[in-house]
Amino acid sequence: MATHDVAVIGGGNAGLCAALAAAEGGARVVLLERAPESLRGGNSRHTRDLRYVHDRATPFVTGAYPEEEFWEDLLRVTGGETHLGLATLVIQESRTLPEWMERHGVRWQPPLRGTLHLSRTNLFFLGGGKALVNTYYDAARRVGVEVLYEATVRDLVETGSDGCAVVVDVGGVRRTLACGAVVVASGGFEANIPWLARYWGEAAHQFVIRGTPYNDGTVLAALLGRGARSVGEPRGVHAVAVDARSPRYDGGIVTRVDSIPFGIVVNRLGQRFADEGEDLWPRRYASWGALIAEQPGQTAYSVFDAKVWGCFIPSAYPPLRASSLEDLASLLGVDAAAFQATVHAYNRSVRPGERFRPGELDGCATSGLHPPKSHWALPVDQPPFYAYPLRPGITFTYLGLAVDERARVLTTAGRPLPHVYAAGECMAGNILSRGYLGGLGLTIGSVFGRIAGTEAARDARA
Amino acid sequence: MPGRDFLDEATRQLGICNACRYCEGYCAVFPALELRTELTEGDVTYLAHLCHDCRNCYDACMFAPPHEFAVNIPALLAEARVRTYARYSWPRLLSSWVRHSGWATGVVTGGGLLAVGALVLGLVGWARVTSPHAGPGAFYAVVPYLAMVIPALILSFYGAGVVTGGALAYWTEIHGSLRDLLDLRALGRAAGEALGQRWFKGGGAGCYYPRRRGSRARGRLHALVVGGFLLAFLSTTLAAVYQDVLGLLPPYPVASLPVLSGLAGGVLLTVGTTGLLWLKLASPRDLTTGAMAALDYSFLVLLDLVALTGLLLLALRGTRLMGPLLTVHLGVLVGFFATAPYGKFVHFAYRYLALVRRSLEEGGTPRAPRAGVRLNEVTVQSGPDAAR
Repeated sequence: MATHDVAVIGGGNAGLCAALAAAEGGARVVLLERAPESLRGGNSRHTRDLRYVHDRATPFVTGAYPEEEFWEDLLRVTGGETHLGLATLVIQESRTLPEWMERHGVRWQPPLRGTLHLSRTNLFFLGGGKALVNTYYDAARRVGVEVLYEATVRDLVETGSDGCAVVVDVGGVRRTLACGAVVVASGGFEANIPWLARYWGEAAHQFVIRGTPYNDGTVLAALLGRGARSVGEPRGVHAVAVDARSPRYDGGIVTRVDSIPFGIVVNRLGQRFADEGEDLWPRRYASWGALIAEQPGQTAYSVFDAKVWGCFIPSAYPPLRASSLEDLASLLGVDAAAFQATVHAYNRSVRPGERFRPGELDGCATSGLHPPKSHWALPVDQPPFYAYPLRPGITFTYLGLAVDERARVLTTAGRPLPHVYAAGECMAGNILSRGYLGGLGLTIGSVFGRIAGTEAARDARA
Repeated sequence: MPGRDFLDEATRQLGICNACRYCEGYCAVFPALELRTELTEGDVTYLAHLCHDCRNCYDACMFAPPHEFAVNIPALLAEARVRTYARYSWPRLLSSWVRHSGWATGVVTGGGLLAVGALVLGLVGWARVTSPHAGPGAFYAVVPYLAMVIPALILSFYGAGVVTGGALAYWTEIHGSLRDLLDLRALGRAAGEALGQRWFKGGGAGCYYPRRRGSRARGRLHALVVGGFLLAFLSTTLAAVYQDVLGLLPPYPVASLPVLSGLAGGVLLTVGTTGLLWLKLASPRDLTTGAMAALDYSFLVLLDLVALTGLLLLALRGTRLMGPLLTVHLGVLVGFFATAPYGKFVHFAYRYLALVRRSLEEGGTPRAPRAGVRLNEVTVQSGPDAAR
């Protein structure tokens, strides 16, 4: 006898949207959250905005973002590799999200200092992702969703045509919850270092995981093992440059290093290895995780000098600082001679006379240097000298579960797995197979969370 | 924690905030922080007094305990405020009252009660204190006019002097130029923000105070206290006008301006302070510091007592209890005014000047932040943005 109609696995944004939608659809819902209450919410805690279609400016966005433009952006970042039907659903449904979110208590960030802090395409929730998640947990309690914390789901078991069962450890005690339908919203596997090491080898052990330590992909693996079809490149990770002093997990946005375009980046050998000024930083920052992953010890150093300090948002850690390049090299543990030679070669190659403009492609470039620096190339010559030590910081993985338009998880044979639905990062790879579009993860999770919750409630009560 | 260690800890936590910025919609603290890449002690002091302790940032923080970053901005800035109160109270010898507000307030108020009691007994004797008095000048039959006025004037001018001196020294630390204090536009804007409680609303979400649920209760109760305090002050001023200009001696009839304003003020103060105490009891202690909690409680309790004894005196002024009640009311008032420059009372000056500073800094027009790479992501429309 099922005690619940719908079990939702994962208490981040997608799981909460699913739980709310299912409960509002009349289902008795249990939400299984792996983290303790104080750390609930998965990687949604680290989000802060969502991308959505809208026809005009509002007090919270500066202008229209039509469907066609959303499509262009998605096709550009994925190189066209997206599921047309599912992407259409996300883009069309995104329009209705703000109203739904407001109805569940979510508030938006007001403009500060004019409209400078607002975006045109994305809506920022007041207080960021943890405030969003807190709001949804409150809303879930009001509609009678039962929440179990420290609940680690081990497996899903089919129990015939009328439902399924979830094998879950709650506070160390194993239970089997029978239910009519399950929504899987348990994220990717980016916190599972051994799994990452299958594709990345030893390098994976140097990775910093930017989000929750609980996303180890247990449920994802269980479903793939039970015949679910995968989407997305298994090796694929979104990886940025983070401060090497970051905590192993959960450092979030504050460990990100944004100084790279304003100086040079050297590896442990004291050598440059990539164009630090290739394009506007927002378009390039996510390529640096992989670049650093290829360097010895998966370590690099962003080096800059006094004149650009203040041009970028500092990371949570103060940069290392020295009065000479030689001292900086010894602070970093990099060979001083090689490091100084790199800096001097770079400084000599900077073309004089260009005007440095940090907000745009300014054409301040090196000449005759390999690799070149295409923009914002200023000599590194004004003490004190600074450096941030860098490591690859993994945001999320792309591997996921194939689903259909009703959020049903599909088998390798293309049939729906009975009573199993998926939402959020564990199926985002259907739409965002690669690349990155800010706020899209939240949009996918919200749209498919609602669909999965509604469908699961209907299924369980049928 | 020694000053250097505290500054290091403040720099560490606020450095995390400055790299994150998710809370910038809640209040004035975070937008002001974003204008700074390296923090001085004066910056920390300034930010601490911009903080209205709504605590929304704590609940929104993914780096709050048990996260290893252990970011707790409400407690950090509460500690910074306690440090300001101590640093800018004078003389040094009495500044330690700030750190031990519970004891200091209790002892000083007890001393005030004893002093007024001894004065009354010595001057007029037990029999006259406990017999009913009526008609003009009835109060002065118990406490002679000069015995009431001279200590009151001394304590008021002393308190005003200490608070003004502290506020000017604080202004010099957080801003510098004393001439900017004459900027009428900034002064007016800050006054408007204070009276309109612009930063007392958690960016529209309400304050997560006492618990994690948006509420305007604290702001409204605070408005009652401010209103009650101003009405009580008005009542005293009107009474002085009645006595010294119109030549009418108290007690005044209930339907007179001094009594009506005093009554309204007393009721507002009682409701406001009792309500704030109630909220405070229900609020988590780990979001403040022991010293700040002691400052808050002792100030609220004392103000509540001032109002209650005043109301009681009004109610029973026709009976033989008038004398003892007047003695108690004046004793509590002595405690209130003697501890005011070393207690939470002073916060209004520091907060207001922080708002003036903010107004000067913002200049009334949008200005580009100094640090801007990630902001570009928001304004560069085709690129990814601040989310990850």
